[in-house]
Amino acid sequence: MKNPLDSLPATVVCGLALTLALYLVVRYAIGS
Amino acid sequence: MEAIPPLARWFHFMAGIMWVGLLYYFNFVHVAALKSAAADASAAGINRHVTPRALAWFRWASVATWLTGAALLGGNFAAAFALQPGHRAIGIGAWLGTILLINVWALLWPAQKIALGLVEASEAQRIAARRRAFLVSRLNLALSFPLLFFMGAAGHASAYF
Repeated sequence: MKNPLDSLPATVVCGLALTLALYLVVRYAIGS
Repeated sequence: MEAIPPLARWFHFMAGIMWVGLLYYFNFVHVAALKSAAADASAAGINRHVTPRALAWFRWASVATWLTGAALLGGNFAAAFALQPGHRAIGIGAWLGTILLINVWALLWPAQKIALGLVEASEAQRIAARRRAFLVSRLNLALSFPLLFFMGAAGHASAYF
């Protein structure tokens, strides 16, 4: 499997997805 | 003493813009430019005159950003890093910033020193170091997105959470 960090667009998508995941954890699971 | 938080916030913004701005410069501009420059044999000039300067500002901006951020947290420093209620958003931002800082100094800079020929290394070690520096830089790029989101959202929690 290709490393997504080798591709700039894939890295950006990973960063955005990680942001969304962490936001949802704070918003709905643990609170701010 | 009242002047410290506003000044820390101002310097934190400026240092953070320099740090993340240079991170984006490396990932969105520099890597692609070096690839093109290698094709017409003009990469040596960039590597000699641009890369070391940009890396030095990048490294020290990371330290200035972290220190001014710590000053800004002040008495809430421990609560933020412990992700206590009311401090979780800024705490996640602070942890991400700390991970980025550690990546810069513990992984990226040692690899860049080898890649740039600042320390003795074989050609195989230089190639491996270039690859390591590239991946750590890309990882920091991905981590900078939630970092900036949580730094910005923490001051406006009611609008986000």
